[in-house]
Amino acid sequence: MYSSADLRKGLKITLDNEPYLVTSFDFTKPGKGQALYRTKMKNMITGSTLDRTYRSGETFEPASLEDRVMTYLYKEDTHYTFMDSQTFEQVSMDESALGDSKNFIVDNMQVDVLLFREKAIGVNLPNFVNLRVTGTEPWAKGDTSGSDSKPATVETGYVLRVPPFIEEGELIVIDTRTGEYSTRVKG
Amino acid sequence: MTPSTRPRRKSALLARSRIIGVIRTFFEERGFLHMETPCRIPSPAPEPYIDALPSREWYLQTSPELAMKRLLAAGHQRIFQICRCWRDGERGRFHLPEFTMLEWYRADADYTDLMTDCEELLLAVASAVTGEITLTFQGMEVQLATPADRLSVREAFRRYTTLSAEEALQRDCFDELMVTKIEPNLGIGVPTILYDYPAARGALARRKTDDPELAERFELYLCGVELANAFSELTDPAEQLERFQQDREERSRAGKDTYTLPLPFLNELSAIPPSAGIALGLDRLVMLFLDLPDIDDVVAFTPEEL
Repeated sequence: MYSSADLRKGLKITLDNEPYLVTSFDFTKPGKGQALYRTKMKNMITGSTLDRTYRSGETFEPASLEDRVMTYLYKEDTHYTFMDSQTFEQVSMDESALGDSKNFIVDNMQVDVLLFREKAIGVNLPNFVNLRVTGTEPWAKGDTSGSDSKPATVETGYVLRVPPFIEEGELIVIDTRTGEYSTRVKG
Repeated sequence: MTPSTRPRRKSALLARSRIIGVIRTFFEERGFLHMETPCRIPSPAPEPYIDALPSREWYLQTSPELAMKRLLAAGHQRIFQICRCWRDGERGRFHLPEFTMLEWYRADADYTDLMTDCEELLLAVASAVTGEITLTFQGMEVQLATPADRLSVREAFRRYTTLSAEEALQRDCFDELMVTKIEPNLGIGVPTILYDYPAARGALARRKTDDPELAERFELYLCGVELANAFSELTDPAEQLERFQQDREERSRAGKDTYTLPLPFLNELSAIPPSAGIALGLDRLVMLFLDLPDIDDVVAFTPEEL
């Protein structure tokens, strides 16, 4: 159990049965008045934010989030299904909970699935993933337009800018934190 | 402290030292004596929301207030003190559990005299530190050469909230409304003097003779930041004792230490002439004048760095 005095940026607490991340925190005390703990919080499932002000001595249940290594199996409609490689337990989550991660996830990829009370609420991807280019214009030799990049589509349907020499069918490395091209996979 | 904040802190400490010099000169030129009173005391004022740190069987002072008033009782007319104070559990962008307080007291005066002192002090610090009569803090500008805006607590609630100050007290949301709705509007453009608090929030201030529901207390605000708290001092020992007992009961209900009654202070209170006193957060003053967003930026070391 946390109390008001434990509140700080980055703390994860449970409110109305949902996990929240404290995104901003201020200790205030009006002259001769009582200490007030002002927070901004982000719902870790829906992403919605709220402002709450607490007094001293209030208590909060920690949002106990669990990280489990799972394998991505398949997508059905907007649901992505993952399997715990040790227990073979399967969980699925909606596209909206995946956010931008859905751009970088391919079958059999190992990811960290974030669970809150047994419910999958998000994934942590490796910083770099290898994805195959499924579509891009060939490099026009003698192109003098001066452009040093061109659009390419990868196997997840995600479109990004790549250097002109990248060809269809090649494997490229993408930085999942920025969504940008990093390098090509040789061989 | 990360190395990148070190140069900023170095220049802040230089300016802080200069500001303290200006403040001392300001008061000495006006006939004030700098007093030093013990930091370790047996009986802090039992304020409901200010917690003293124990030191053996005594406490570290939360303010030199009681000792300064005893000096008024002893016949001193104009006194000031720059000293360290300790308040348990107070830590934030504007709070350190150990901080520096500037207090000054005038005999034969009331809180209106202190309002003028505040305006003159701000201007004196400004001309010595920046040479400007305008202060800019985090993008907010304040003119210091014009008189401060004088706004009563009643009017502030009327202007910025949907409740009266009395209703806010009854519904137990006075502090919340003050922090979230009122304070952000104060001290923008010119300093704000927020004055005449409900008697229930009068602390050690005397009630107004023509309206005993109100206490002669004010707070000084610049850029939404509370800088100082002032009273026309309550000098009636019977009323002071009654308020201390109420405060001790409130502390007791909250499961807090009630301290022992400061008897020498209560015994000497009737010897104090009509007086006024004020406490100003010196660290915050430095933050405001140097436009530094965090109290950590204006002290040599924070507790976390020790």
